[in-house]
Amino acid sequence: MKEKTLIVNRIREGTVIDHIPAGRALAVLHVLGIKGNEGYSVALVMNVESRKLGKKDIVKIEGKFLDERETSLITLIAPTATVNIIKDYEVVEKRKLKLPDEIRGLLTCPNTSCISRNDVEAVSKFRIVKTSPLLLKCEYCETYITEEEVMRQILHEIR
Amino acid sequence: MRRRSIIGALDLTKEEYEELFSVSDEFKRRGFSQSYSYLEGKVVSLAFFEPSTRTRMSFETAALKLGAKVIGFSGEEGISVAKGENLADTIRMLSSYSDLIVMRHKFDGAARFATEVTDTLIINGGDGKHEHPTQAMVDLYAVREVFSSPSNLVYGILGDLKYARTVNSLLRALTLFQPKFVYLISPPQLRARREILDTLNYPYKEVQDINEVISELDVLYVTRIQKERFADEMEYEKVRESYELTYETVTQMKRDAIILHPLPRVTEIDRRIDKTPHARYFMQANLAVYLRMGLLYLLLGEKK
Repeated sequence: MKEKTLIVNRIREGTVIDHIPAGRALAVLHVLGIKGNEGYSVALVMNVESRKLGKKDIVKIEGKFLDERETSLITLIAPTATVNIIKDYEVVEKRKLKLPDEIRGLLTCPNTSCISRNDVEAVSKFRIVKTSPLLLKCEYCETYITEEEVMRQILHEIR
Repeated sequence: MRRRSIIGALDLTKEEYEELFSVSDEFKRRGFSQSYSYLEGKVVSLAFFEPSTRTRMSFETAALKLGAKVIGFSGEEGISVAKGENLADTIRMLSSYSDLIVMRHKFDGAARFATEVTDTLIINGGDGKHEHPTQAMVDLYAVREVFSSPSNLVYGILGDLKYARTVNSLLRALTLFQPKFVYLISPPQLRARREILDTLNYPYKEVQDINEVISELDVLYVTRIQKERFADEMEYEKVRESYELTYETVTQMKRDAIILHPLPRVTEIDRRIDKTPHARYFMQANLAVYLRMGLLYLLLGEKK
């Protein structure tokens, strides 16, 4: 944390997701399935100054570590985010998220006639066409899926 | 040519297209009555989950001419798919019977998916509204037959550019051949998909009225507008009529310009046009067997 003033305290153990594009902190919480009644201490910082992004959001969650699936989902909705794993008030792992070349199984192809939606064995697969704004292409039918649609699916899909 | 599955029109390089065309020329030169043993002992499966006459029969003829045995089915009835078998299982079963599978399926991306469940070579004979690469090969072969090369010509592609898989494959294949210009002529609701347009590397323009551009074209490629693409029958009738190619329009064509059509056609070409020198769709269909012989030979043939 390089900011001069901290809005919230540091956490002892858990995850800090920093550099979230401004306005997407709630979406990140949604992706993580955090509704507020799980008992985690959660801090949400929204629209603060960022040298890198201009404005950014931050999410801090005491007592929770992200699994791989959660990390991939966050990559899609907040590709600029950094994930810091905190133990005993110290950052023990600093992960810069990177969009994978291929996104498997997380999203549904918007094309209802795509084989990925019509065979019990098929798993959806998308390749990145562009990162900003995000644009993906189905590996099977080559239909585009836009950032808006990715956001919609991810927010809709969560539990 | 490297042995590999053919799923899309860009699975061949330009050099491989040229190689395919010249091998096909050789089969054509020797004539239809010749038979060969290049594929002797091989089994070619024709897995047509969706019915087809032309593509299936020209592949079958090509395989038989080269000495292969042909097995397969057409339509889902009578096979296990009708009992609920999924595509992956059907492909696994077929691949234990065959050296190469030509498949057509109603779902987009089905052929790509098939390559993931088998090591047997797959040729995409049409997957939904996605691609039909061997048709594009036939199309370009027909253009080359007339103009000696598909390059440096003005193309007009007319009709349903949104759902016609032959159009997707043709537009992509043309990226290898530097066309001078391509006019995409369609009603607004049937324009080519963004996904395809974004990959084009040649100048093109979307227009609605064929009469604006007809006199500039070297090649006019006509596709059928299908009723099921419209919610409203009145709307369909209106669009259909304005995209039927009339004899009067064809009289505006350059003297040596040609008309191609992947066939089958219904009402989209006035039958009087058949008698004009522009009509080359039957020649195009006749070339299909030689082209598919060329392809099967390059993918599977043993030199004897």
